[in-house]
Amino acid sequence: MSALTVKGLNKKYEKFELKDVTFHLDEGYIMGFIGSNGAGKTTTLKAILNMIQINGGEVHVFGQDFSQNEMILKQDIGYMLGGVDFYIKKKIKTITDVVKRFYTNWDDDVYNSYKERFNLDEDKKISELSDGMKVKYSLTLALSHNAKLFILDEPTSGLDPVARDNLLELFQELVEDGKRSILFSTHITSDLEKCADYITYINNGEIIESSTKEDLINSYRIVKGSLKSLQEIKEPFISYKTNAFGFSGLIRTDDLKTHEDISVEAPNLEDIMIYYAKRENKDD
Amino acid sequence: MIDIIISNTSDKPIYQQLFEQISSQIIKGELKGNVGLPPIRTAAKELRISIITVKKAWEDLERHGFIYTIVGKGCFVAELSDEELINKRNEMISSNMERDIKYYKEIGLSREEMIALVNKQF
Repeated sequence: MSALTVKGLNKKYEKFELKDVTFHLDEGYIMGFIGSNGAGKTTTLKAILNMIQINGGEVHVFGQDFSQNEMILKQDIGYMLGGVDFYIKKKIKTITDVVKRFYTNWDDDVYNSYKERFNLDEDKKISELSDGMKVKYSLTLALSHNAKLFILDEPTSGLDPVARDNLLELFQELVEDGKRSILFSTHITSDLEKCADYITYINNGEIIESSTKEDLINSYRIVKGSLKSLQEIKEPFISYKTNAFGFSGLIRTDDLKTHEDISVEAPNLEDIMIYYAKRENKDD
Repeated sequence: MIDIIISNTSDKPIYQQLFEQISSQIIKGELKGNVGLPPIRTAAKELRISIITVKKAWEDLERHGFIYTIVGKGCFVAELSDEELINKRNEMISSNMERDIKYYKEIGLSREEMIALVNKQF
């Protein structure tokens, strides 16, 4: 079953737009949402959650139209968009007491277990929390009401490597029973190399790819060779770089024909992002 | 229990590492017939790799006849006779050997020279 279906989402701003953002996430899987700063990740997540007015498109959660059933469906969604930065002079305890009342399935035991896991001190004020702690508190709120779908914007930002690793492990625990699904954005691609099943890649407001991580990696190749062999390659590069000793470029695997004197290797997610970003700059 | 060691720096894709390690344990008889494999999602969580990677490895193992699936119960090691095990082993080796021999031929090694070298190295 589909946990989340996004169809043709459009949002126009003066200098930026989301163009026909379309993808879907099956129940029980982890999807990483990647793209560089300003590519439209947060805007997309906000549009999905109906937190900004869209100019067109549809969002379905567990097969139901989100705009029609927002209040009910939000009970099943755990979301975080940045750390908690409201009522900064209030204690964590006080804010939790307010938030829990919105959720019929709020579970104090779950909340307490995450509070312990993340070492949260309930008597601290929001203003006294470090950036990492704010993220952890925000996550705790998202995780404590038995949600089935998690939509998390940069949940690993501000976390040290150990905390980040722990969080990714937690994500895998959450999806183990196959009933919960996670969509999370990040620009730290190493977060995804291990745990993500699907990757959706957004660039300049447009979805470039949305597929399994393996398929995404397999559909591109890094090609390297001498400057002389670069002249002979006629296939379309996404983009390429040259230096004094040769060139390296990103190419779609389908476009690749064999040439002598070039080396071909699989890219990682970061390579794909870097070469696409380079293409944008070339167009300017 | 099955021993699996995943390397994140290896050139080999992770599903292939899984496939090779499990299939070789079956061929060597360390994993006996009808032993249950861990559920896909549990294996993914324990190994800290994606669910789809494990799924792909399990599917490859099934396609090559190393494991079988009972719907609702999971995957189990296939019961293979000694002869079948040897056949499977030879199958696995021959694809590697083909590649190696092609390389030897390319650099101009004769059959006799190759065998002599293999004897020396083994």
